Amino acid sequence: MSIDIKIRKGLQLNLKGAAENIVKQAPQTNNYALKPTDFHGVFPKLLLKEGQKIKAGEPLFFSKYQDKIKFVSPVSGTLKEVQRGAKRKILNLFIEADSKQSSIKHKLPKQEDITSEQVRELLLASGNWPYIKQRPYDVIADPDRSPKAIFISAYATAPLAADFDIVLDGQQEAFQQGIDMLGKLAPKVHLSISSKSDSFLSTIKNCDIHRVNGPHPAGNVGVQIHHIDPVNAGETVWTVGAEDVANIGRFFLNGTYDASRTIAVSGSPVAQPSYYKTTIGASIDAILKDAEVDQSIPIRIINGDVLTGVSVAQDSHLGYYNNNLSVLPEGNRYRMFGWLPFVGSSIHSMSNTSLSWLFPKRVYAPDTNMNGEERALVVTGEMERVFPMDIYPMQLLKACMSEDIEKMENLGIYEVAPEDFALIDYSSSSKLEAQAIVREALDLMIKEVG
Amino acid sequence: MMKLREKLDQLKKPFAKGSKWERFAPAVNAFDTFLFVPNHTTHKGAHIRDAVDLKRTMVTVIIALVPALLYGIYNTGYQYFIQTGEAFTFIDAFLHGAMKILPMIAVSYGVGLAIEFAFAVYRGHEVNEGYLVTGLLIPMIMPVDIPLWMVGLSVAFAVLIAKEAFGGTGMNILNPALTARAFAFFAYPTYMSGNKVWVSEASNVDGVSGETILGSLASGAEVNYSMFEMFSGAIPGSIAETSTLWVLVGAAILIFTGVGSWRIMLGSVLGAAGMGFLFNLWGANALMDFSWVNHLIVGGFAFGVVFMATDPVSAAQTQKGKWIYGILVGVLCILIRVFNPAYPEGVMLAILLMNVFAPTIDHYIIEGNINKRKKRSLKTAKVQTA
Repeated sequence: MSIDIKIRKGLQLNLKGAAENIVKQAPQTNNYALKPTDFHGVFPKLLLKEGQKIKAGEPLFFSKYQDKIKFVSPVSGTLKEVQRGAKRKILNLFIEADSKQSSIKHKLPKQEDITSEQVRELLLASGNWPYIKQRPYDVIADPDRSPKAIFISAYATAPLAADFDIVLDGQQEAFQQGIDMLGKLAPKVHLSISSKSDSFLSTIKNCDIHRVNGPHPAGNVGVQIHHIDPVNAGETVWTVGAEDVANIGRFFLNGTYDASRTIAVSGSPVAQPSYYKTTIGASIDAILKDAEVDQSIPIRIINGDVLTGVSVAQDSHLGYYNNNLSVLPEGNRYRMFGWLPFVGSSIHSMSNTSLSWLFPKRVYAPDTNMNGEERALVVTGEMERVFPMDIYPMQLLKACMSEDIEKMENLGIYEVAPEDFALIDYSSSSKLEAQAIVREALDLMIKEVG
Repeated sequence: MMKLREKLDQLKKPFAKGSKWERFAPAVNAFDTFLFVPNHTTHKGAHIRDAVDLKRTMVTVIIALVPALLYGIYNTGYQYFIQTGEAFTFIDAFLHGAMKILPMIAVSYGVGLAIEFAFAVYRGHEVNEGYLVTGLLIPMIMPVDIPLWMVGLSVAFAVLIAKEAFGGTGMNILNPALTARAFAFFAYPTYMSGNKVWVSEASNVDGVSGETILGSLASGAEVNYSMFEMFSGAIPGSIAETSTLWVLVGAAILIFTGVGSWRIMLGSVLGAAGMGFLFNLWGANALMDFSWVNHLIVGGFAFGVVFMATDPVSAAQTQKGKWIYGILVGVLCILIRVFNPAYPEGVMLAILLMNVFAPTIDHYIIEGNINKRKKRSLKTAKVQTA
């Protein structure tokens, strides 16, 4: 069954350095790290000590408030170092990989008569559970609850985002297996694909396929949920990343935890933007060198896309969820009289106070400059232009800022995640930090409402 | 350019974090950021940002105001010379107007920005650019002969009471520029109405009648201006409100750049035209008989609707709300003009009144959205229990 969703509001940004359709094997590395900070709201409780040997799929830590959720090592090797930050918060678990990999093998029941309970237990025991996130709150799914549906978006619209037709190429069997197993956990599984997709995705069975078309954020799973089956107060839906579905599928085919990651390395300082097959937590240094990133200018490396990702150091490691590794030039520069209307149209603007609208096809190479300073909220109507949901974004953000829980509920906080507000960050003339505001509000809701 | 930048950075050192004059950094930054867009980079949220900022938005409004302001300066001189009967050139008229109006602008910016800077330093935030527009609007909607100290007092009242008391830029209920005018109007009525204030130095010229058109109508006098004069603006009135033509140029800039809401503008014109048309049909007195087309081009209607009603902070903020708000501004403006001859110019009070009601309009529109969500929630709950 195929249903079409057409999104009109939003923004399709064409940026320089989009990954070409070349998939390479990432350079070998034995340097891995798992970042507990990738799992929002999780307080890690370590299970191992520095120097201990681990296998791939062996638990490294669990969540203090939900001890069923285990976080496992993506590779086998030695837990080299536990890096801690302020208040002894764990930032990185560095793992030195062995040259010969060995994994923990789980015993799988027969495919045909596997039950919902068995799927749940296996996902939790094997460390696959963190792949599953939930709405409301955009955190790892609560294993004690049952969702009304599971949503998977295999359509990425963010600037420079990896194309899932390329990422998932050759993973059809695993992906179908993943969908089948997730189907045991919820009454319905929804898969959204690009309306232009001609890959195997349109032939996937045992789920509702939605063909989505439109500018960013049409590919955001939150926008799709809103148009398919919105989250009401008290309801839960789960979301799984498209490649993570294949990883879950491979687990149910082989019995071993799979941390495969295909990433698009992109951005204007990247000379050879392309796709790399690698593993969660792999060191990014070698990949950046292979992609010939221009090191002569100050650059910012981002785990994720340029709107929602996390800035990381050059010697850092891949994040848990991202299919993108974006590189931007830093924007630490002054622009004389840059605030004048119609001046500096080489910087993209959604507003007609710039002439960039004259060139809709133009490819931009933005840097990380704020292009202004934070100000009071004055202009109205601009947030609605990039927010394709039946929600009043400015009113919701104001409710979040004033921590008015009842108002947030009324205005639809349960349906949104920070990433849905990324384009508001981008286009706000008041330079509002909308994603940060929503994240804080969601954390407040977790604490107060649960 | 880099030389200048280095020099500025040197000058700014005493205002840096942890330095002696740290508290006054917002005041210094306000000047610095006008020379250079700062080098701040994103540190949370989206890593790239749109080129637009509040400064650019506000400067666009100022650019849109310039045509009406220049014409207002010329018209001030023009009205003066035709009343005195002296021979004059375009330059004479323009210079006369400039001599009158530039001091008013200087006073408005001086007083207003001083208060804004003080509050920015006191509250520890950057100076918002909103006052750049307000500070220019205030002299533009005053009668030309108003004493400068009244301009200063009105500005102080508007910024302190209408804006800062509510929390500053973005929080005010009433449009600050109109509040300044309303303050002057009620505090010093003799300087704000009658037939001696609208033409430069009219009180010193014998036998001059510088009544505005709406004033004449309200007092039952004849109107001796052609429609073209009303449209082009060669009539007595507040400084920059008279020329519908140049206000329309400003409107075009605001609509093209998307800075001003076309919904509010169109709504107001429709509301006023409709109300004016109804009164034309009724036609019980001279004011009701005044053609609905003329209602749109005389007085401050065009100026108020384009530059005041569209103030995003004090207007309705939802799209549907903007339509309702705009239409009601138009309707109320004509109602006040026709039914209350004590206030010949209805647009100021119409906009202020709708400023007060705008949050209520938005409230009901958002309530509709909330109810829709609640209904959806109940419906799915029913399906589940059934």
